Amino acid sequence: MKQLANAEVTLKGIGVSPGICTGKAYLVDREGVEVINKYCILEKHLKSEVKRFKSAVQNAKAELRAVIENSPEALQKAQILETHVLLLNDKLLYGRTIETIEKERVNAEWALKTVVTRIKSAFEEMTDAYLKERVSDIVHVSDLVMRNLLGAEAKDLGQIDKRVILVARDLSPAETSQINLERIQGVITDLGGKTSHTGIIARTLEIPAVVGLEVAIRQIANDDLIIVDGTTGTVIIHPSEKTVVEYEGRKVHYERRQAVITRESHLETKTTDGHPYRVMGNIELPEEVVAVINYGGDGIGLYRTEFQYMNRPAFPSENELLESYTDVIEVIAPRPVVIRTLDINGDKALATGSMPTEANPALGLRAIRYCLKRPDVFRTQLRAILRAAAYGDVHLLIPMVSTYFEICEVKRLLDDAAEGLEKDGLPYKRDIPVGAMIEVPSAVIIADLIAEQVDFFSIGTNDLIQYVLAIDRGNRLVAHLYQPLDPAVIRMIKRTVDVARDKGIKVHMCGEMAHTSLYTPLLLGLGLEDLSMNPQAIPAVKRMMRSISLSDARMLIQDVLACKTAKQTFELLRDTYGGLVENHLLEE
Amino acid sequence: MPPPNDFSREVTLVNEFGLHARSAAKIARIAMGARAGVWVVRDKERADASSTLEVLTLACPRGSRLEFRIEDTADRPVLEALVRLVESGFGE
Repeated sequence: MKQLANAEVTLKGIGVSPGICTGKAYLVDREGVEVINKYCILEKHLKSEVKRFKSAVQNAKAELRAVIENSPEALQKAQILETHVLLLNDKLLYGRTIETIEKERVNAEWALKTVVTRIKSAFEEMTDAYLKERVSDIVHVSDLVMRNLLGAEAKDLGQIDKRVILVARDLSPAETSQINLERIQGVITDLGGKTSHTGIIARTLEIPAVVGLEVAIRQIANDDLIIVDGTTGTVIIHPSEKTVVEYEGRKVHYERRQAVITRESHLETKTTDGHPYRVMGNIELPEEVVAVINYGGDGIGLYRTEFQYMNRPAFPSENELLESYTDVIEVIAPRPVVIRTLDINGDKALATGSMPTEANPALGLRAIRYCLKRPDVFRTQLRAILRAAAYGDVHLLIPMVSTYFEICEVKRLLDDAAEGLEKDGLPYKRDIPVGAMIEVPSAVIIADLIAEQVDFFSIGTNDLIQYVLAIDRGNRLVAHLYQPLDPAVIRMIKRTVDVARDKGIKVHMCGEMAHTSLYTPLLLGLGLEDLSMNPQAIPAVKRMMRSISLSDARMLIQDVLACKTAKQTFELLRDTYGGLVENHLLEE
Repeated sequence: MPPPNDFSREVTLVNEFGLHARSAAKIARIAMGARAGVWVVRDKERADASSTLEVLTLACPRGSRLEFRIEDTADRPVLEALVRLVESGFGE
């Protein structure tokens, strides 16, 4: 019977942090403690529920007393435990839990959990560092009671050993930081997507993570053996011995390769014929800077600034923005940071609810179009960027430029912002490189005009491909037509690079196309300079750059331009450079 | 500042770390012996002296002025004991 229940099950999700780990599952709920069920207590059973809670507290007390008696030498520690004994009966904890059971007619576990969460947040809000830390006393004491209520050998999350893998429904930024992720091997969640915070933290800590599994919580029980492959987004429950051995092999291979790549990644990157390149990282949250540095990034080629505008009641203040920007700039300095201005419809991001919905948001009021409609919102960001520029090498990037007029407007607003800062006597730097994101076909066609007004181009391939081929990536019926190697896309890139060269300005790429190492020879051959990508892709791209010569790559372009379809282009690249790429990337 | 009376006494925290968990616990232990309510007041904020956690939420650093209040004169010995406790620096 048991054998049957333990058959190997494979789940597919989205791999957000590469690597492989095998270990026991540890289920957590949103708060980062054991999964606590809530259920109602009938009026006639309320008394016995309160009694159950009281005896759990008594048991907890007895346990503490036993510990105190057994540790006569550790006097300091014993005194802390005496305090804990007192906390067990504290009105805020004990009294309120009983009140909650009676008033809300819920089970003792749930009541205790609600009360503790409230006390915890009250203490966490305190400014005094000592008092903040008292949260640990409260948590410890309540865990002791909870363990007695559940009657299980529950573990303190702070003390779980290295072998477990966290299984959660979802982890919000705040929750992720509560859990001590350093102590665990891997994380998997049912919700979340490619850009979820869980992934960012996991990548920073270099532990594998898979999100968007949907059914993990339902299918996995505590202590189940699971394998997590963050590279492919696979989770295997109850793996057979054969599978475990197979994945151990893959893990060793992956780690060995990773160590070599990462070591090399911090060295200067030159092609075999001596042309130096910079490979930079794309980030969304200030925390991700760490990953860029770890993976050997030469700067931040794209700092997306939307995050601070999302899911909040009001627009962020100038100082708030300044603080995040300087966080990033100071950590990565002296390397450069390209800050992209708001690339969404800010009013929608704030979720005011009353906004009229656009039938076609990708062609609607977003990015620079939105910012020019809301100069008040835009001015705040421009001021924050100019102020941040005083702390490092800052470049400003304008998304979704589709007309010449837009660039002129941005420059005028920048002058205005600088004038205001001058008047306010705040430190700032106006003289920063300003670039246009090239991602709309019209911008490619008038690249020569735009080039007169900017210091650099940055090609955003994700949107460019979508607009050039008229493909909605989210639409399954046409998603297969979304092809980075389509001759139309390559010609668009070529024109942009050629114009930049003519006009003597720099040209970078920061879209997904840049992080595919098989495409690197193509991009260098076309004449792109800096490439920027997800931090974890940096080592592989750098490795490719070191293995190829620029003159060969340039010659390849003639053949590429002769290709008539994306498939032909892909085959050409695969046959020429495929030997230098990890095999699984060639299975497209 | 309230005049000294049977229901209230003011003290200054003299121990090195202010009112921390252990000292708050000592206050609570004494206050639990009272017949009626015992309160700790700081800057108009008031906490139930018999709750370690509530006392802690007053966040009192060293040098803070605190006021203890009782509701029943029968609890005068409790009030005195609390004052002695604080003035002795919690016996630390």
